[in-house]
Amino acid sequence: MSIIIDEKTRVVVQGITGGEGTFHTQRMQEYGTTVVAGVTPGKGGTTHLNVPVYNSVNDAVEKEGADASAIFVPAFFASDAIMEAAGAGIKCIVCITEGIPTFDMIKAKLFLKGKDCCLIGPNTPGIISPGKCKIGIMPGHIHTPGTIGIISRSGTLTYEAVDQVTKLGYGQSTAIGIGGDPIVGLQFIDLLKLFKDDKDTEAVILIGEIGGTAEEEAAEYIKKEFPKPVVSFIAGQTAPPGRRMGHAGAIISGGKGTAKEKMKALEEAGVHVAKSPAEIGQKVKEALAEA
Amino acid sequence: MKIHEYQAKQILKKYGVQIPQGEVADSPPEARKIADKIGPKVVLKAQVHAGGRGKGGGIKLAKNPQEAEKIAKEMIGMTLITPQTGSEGKLVKRILVEEALDIARELYIGIVIDRAKEAPVVMASSEGGVEIEKVASETPGLIFKEYVNPGTGFLPFQARNLAFKLNLEGDTFKQGVKFIISLYKAFAATDASLAEINPLLITKQGNVLALDAKMNFDDNALLRHLDIKEMRDLDEEDPLEVEASKFNLSYIKLDGNVGCMVNGAGLAMATMDIIMHSGGMPANFLDVGGGVSEEAVKNAFKILVSDKDVKAALINIFGGIVRCDLVANGIVKAAKEFGLKVPMVVRLEGTNVELGKKILKESGLSFYPAETMKEAAEKVVPLAKQ
Repeated sequence: MSIIIDEKTRVVVQGITGGEGTFHTQRMQEYGTTVVAGVTPGKGGTTHLNVPVYNSVNDAVEKEGADASAIFVPAFFASDAIMEAAGAGIKCIVCITEGIPTFDMIKAKLFLKGKDCCLIGPNTPGIISPGKCKIGIMPGHIHTPGTIGIISRSGTLTYEAVDQVTKLGYGQSTAIGIGGDPIVGLQFIDLLKLFKDDKDTEAVILIGEIGGTAEEEAAEYIKKEFPKPVVSFIAGQTAPPGRRMGHAGAIISGGKGTAKEKMKALEEAGVHVAKSPAEIGQKVKEALAEA
Repeated sequence: MKIHEYQAKQILKKYGVQIPQGEVADSPPEARKIADKIGPKVVLKAQVHAGGRGKGGGIKLAKNPQEAEKIAKEMIGMTLITPQTGSEGKLVKRILVEEALDIARELYIGIVIDRAKEAPVVMASSEGGVEIEKVASETPGLIFKEYVNPGTGFLPFQARNLAFKLNLEGDTFKQGVKFIISLYKAFAATDASLAEINPLLITKQGNVLALDAKMNFDDNALLRHLDIKEMRDLDEEDPLEVEASKFNLSYIKLDGNVGCMVNGAGLAMATMDIIMHSGGMPANFLDVGGGVSEEAVKNAFKILVSDKDVKAALINIFGGIVRCDLVANGIVKAAKEFGLKVPMVVRLEGTNVELGKKILKESGLSFYPAETMKEAAEKVVPLAKQ
């Protein structure tokens, strides 16, 4: 099993005719993802990469039965694309776009409230259920179907973790990047809840970084209600305060959001915390042996 | 992005926030002229991007225009060291000359985005003039908060709630409400990430003014506020960081001597961390982007080798969709163009990794190859110490 997406997922790509949209739609198709439609306003009625292009997400839902969306739309238009997808009834919205203004995301999140859909990202590599479906920009071939769930605020660091786990002979049930921005859709806790009920997920890797309090909240939840082993790594132990470390959300402000605090909270919740990023795979092995 | 106090005050004034009379001077005679106009008593404030200026001698009172000129002479060109500048301090290029006011009370108003609540929060406290982080940790009960519904915006009753909590009365209350509403307007209209008035001044006459003002802005929104984007003061930033920003590279200069070049922000931070765990300290954060274009590698390489503090460097690339052979070609090209001035450990992983390693090996350049992050860090740290 897997969470959120599987072999039945029908994907519409918003911004399919752009450079990024085109490149990554091809990679998704090669991986086996069912891309049923694309959306580029003004290019409705055309075909791109053997996929029908529509003017609106509404049309793609009505005519092709799309239930998930991948967004490759420029930053200033991306929050509109998210809301359009939610308004059209898309169940899983994956927003790859980086650089969306915070205020735009605050409004988009308000629009999403009460709607039966989930947002992944923005500023995320996306989500993959290996062997079934990939919505995003991660390299599909480093993943293997298996029993480890991965939730991360990062891109390439997640690939590093996936790679370590795969090399030790474990595969992944689903790997999700929640995004590096201060305001994102699904959070660690939302995904932990889904992994808790997923029979095939035996352990979860949680990759956090400095900034915000999402890791501390996750630790609280894990302590109270999460029965499976969790391994964690927090990036930014050497990051200086007050500086934005690449990701808009990765900043220690007012002395809050340090890696030290987060690692402490997770350790107290019984999580196997890897101090070095090279130990993530090894920690998974240990955690599974103990469980 | 950060701006100076005088720039923040210019913006706030546009939105109806009351600020003291004042002007910026970059020479002592100019300071005297301004004091002549608005004085005789004036306050001179060094304009640098750092708090705690008073403690370092960056805020001084002048009783008359002559004294203003004299103090300006000392202040302009001085290196101001405050608890926030670090020991190297900051060069003062200009000062803000403001009317001196009779202080009755010093309060605090600040607006930030609350990430957990996903909304702006307006905070007020009667404990102004001190670090708000200190108030928050020692006496959190003295900070009052109103969360803003992004659908409706900040509402008048919320401003009244805060003004009552600050014990404002009569005309001062009315001024206070207007002040807070105007401040929020400025915050929302400019895509700010921080608007902080500390202290918020109540004069003996009962007037409400922003004695100090600090604003930071969402970098992602700057392209829709070109007037604010122009306020960026490159002299306040590290020259290498300015250079990197021209190439859209995410770069931050740090204290150590192990340079690093990595693709992806999370992996870049993790690489810094593993350098520390191996006994070294990173000289920088440098993210060439998940996609690692040849152009980005070239520019990043140039920045790495132009940092005199870098004694050895670690290039850590996880080629996912980008192939390692292309990355390796980019590294070899850059090394040939700019020279291998320090020992460089290269760790490639991902698509076409064997081909990438072969290209590095056959380049004739003496890179230090590494298989894993751990091996790379353990190799580079001793090299930096040699």
